[in-house]
Amino acid sequence: MAISIKLFANFREGRGKIVQMDYTPGMTGQDVIDALGITAPEIAAIIVDGVDGKVDAMLTVPVKDGGYLAIFPPVAGG
Amino acid sequence: MFGYMGKILRINLTTGVIGTEDLDFELAKKYIGGRGLGTKMYMDEVDPQIDPFAAENKIIFINGPLTGTATPTGGRYMVVTKSPLTGCIASSNSGGEWGAYLKYAGYDAIIIEGKASLPVYINIEEEKVEILPALDIWGKYTSETSAALKEKHPDSKVLTIGPSGEKLSQMAAIMNENDRAAGRSGVGAVMGSKNLKAITVKGAQKPVIANPDGLKAVTKECRGMLKENGVTGGGLPTYGTAVLVNIINEHGVYPTNNFQGGHDPGAEAVSGETLTEEYLIKRNPCHHCPIGCGRWVKSEHSPEGVGGPEYETLWVFAGDLGINDMNIVIDANYWCNEFGLDTISAGATLAAAMELYQRGYITDEMLDDDVILKFGNAESVIHWLKKMGKREGFGDLLARGSYRLADFFGVPEYSMSVKKQDLPAYDPRGIQGMGLQYATSNRGGCHVRGYLISPEILGLPEKLDRFELAGKPVWAKIFQDLTALIDSTGLCLFTSFALGAQQYADMLNEVLGTEWTADDILLAGERIWNLEKLFNLEAGISPEEDTLPPRFLEEEMPEGPTKGWVHKLDELLPLYYQERGWDEDGIPTDERLEKLGL
Repeated sequence: MAISIKLFANFREGRGKIVQMDYTPGMTGQDVIDALGITAPEIAAIIVDGVDGKVDAMLTVPVKDGGYLAIFPPVAGG
Repeated sequence: MFGYMGKILRINLTTGVIGTEDLDFELAKKYIGGRGLGTKMYMDEVDPQIDPFAAENKIIFINGPLTGTATPTGGRYMVVTKSPLTGCIASSNSGGEWGAYLKYAGYDAIIIEGKASLPVYINIEEEKVEILPALDIWGKYTSETSAALKEKHPDSKVLTIGPSGEKLSQMAAIMNENDRAAGRSGVGAVMGSKNLKAITVKGAQKPVIANPDGLKAVTKECRGMLKENGVTGGGLPTYGTAVLVNIINEHGVYPTNNFQGGHDPGAEAVSGETLTEEYLIKRNPCHHCPIGCGRWVKSEHSPEGVGGPEYETLWVFAGDLGINDMNIVIDANYWCNEFGLDTISAGATLAAAMELYQRGYITDEMLDDDVILKFGNAESVIHWLKKMGKREGFGDLLARGSYRLADFFGVPEYSMSVKKQDLPAYDPRGIQGMGLQYATSNRGGCHVRGYLISPEILGLPEKLDRFELAGKPVWAKIFQDLTALIDSTGLCLFTSFALGAQQYADMLNEVLGTEWTADDILLAGERIWNLEKLFNLEAGISPEEDTLPPRFLEEEMPEGPTKGWVHKLDELLPLYYQERGWDEDGIPTDERLEKLGL
């Protein structure tokens, strides 16, 4: 199975909107961003399978087979 | 006197008398300027129970001490009056160039009183101030008005209302530079009630700065911080505020179909990324703004393009109506600007009408078998927006805003508003702190009276658990007080993504020659917040109105990452009142008011 990584704003540059990645048991968000060449300090918000939280903590959460991540750089407005 | 120009212009439209008065410097320092000083000046002169459309009501245009200085984003002005939409104090803020030029004309504020017998506009060229007939521009769209007045007064900056302000729509905005708006709370209708179409300003004066070298240094420091910050130096310049569409949607707090849902699978079509890739012509920055979040986008209305939609506008004319068409959003934004309508309230009123149609309150017969107001019906948006602007047929009812519309049918609960002002683009069920700020905002439903979206969703300056209640009243108060302060300085709230209270204190000190600390200016922000609360209480706004529409308190979010949640206002509100030093009924205590010098 695969997992989907939704990328936003400048994270899409050179990577696209959605990246599909093979699932391996025990993989975490940290494994995902390492593969994408994104570092934790670049991330302002992250969602793993519909759950958000502090970036450092969410990067240690195991990803579900067939699940998804959404990763955001610093963005704001209003 | 440093920073301020030291002069207030007072214009009585009934008598035609024009005069100037000295600014009370001590009063100015206590309430800073803009939102704070404007509210104090207004309260000193107007009975809070006044009918907003009475000739005796007044409307104040006022700058902050940093407006027109070299400070980054220092170009904003505030419109202060009593809101015809909410009955609360209305402080509507706008960027663009007009505020800075009012300062260059030599004035800190204009107080407008009375009512002209025929349509007029005011032309200000430093000492030359004149009330001129506006019959030839009355009824014109805002861009037509601006073009006509710029021809008569070259090099002037134009602030104007559109047909919606003239027709006293409670959602009418005041526009400047065509696409910048003092948008909320119906301030444009107060101008219209006075038969005042526009104000043109120009001048070449500059404020005297207490410490020019110090200001240069702190401005350089702040500009550097804004450039280095990921939001103000990256996300906002590149994508504009529209960049929020995807992140808010992915968290399941992107309201759909009048807040009946919280996630839209088609939102990418109206996202900041799509706007940038397919529609952006250029950035459109306000005065002295290094951020430049404003957009200039492709449109069928002009080969040169038009002002682009902000995030709230994208959401309200897309997800909230069940439609995802960027061209419709750009068009709706264009027409709101031309009619002089608040995009949030205009779109939210269409959304409420669509839910009333969905539930059988609005029928085809009531619409005279005209275009159906139904979620997903793209054809209906511009059609009914124009009728709202012109107050034609059923559009007359729409022009009163969602609360009065839903209340007309006996079901005000279908208006997603607080104190009759429509909520912006964040569902409070999944953002507990933001919901508390909605409920306690002094001008009703609003996202710029404290923006807890920043820590609860965006992870800035740190990530908070958006469902957690603990600590949220403290965060809410700090954010509310800080925004009250920033709104009083003449700077843009977006600077707060990069700057802190110390930087605002530093800029004020170099301009004014004061020696304020960060705590001093936060206390000023708290003073301003409490002053507004006192106005609302005297105006008859009960603390019982510190609430949210029942949908958020009783109906669980049906879908997405926020599924199953309601807002827990009953738990948060007592803690918030306690944090504010107010009594359990939400009334400021004598002790707290004394501490604040009120």
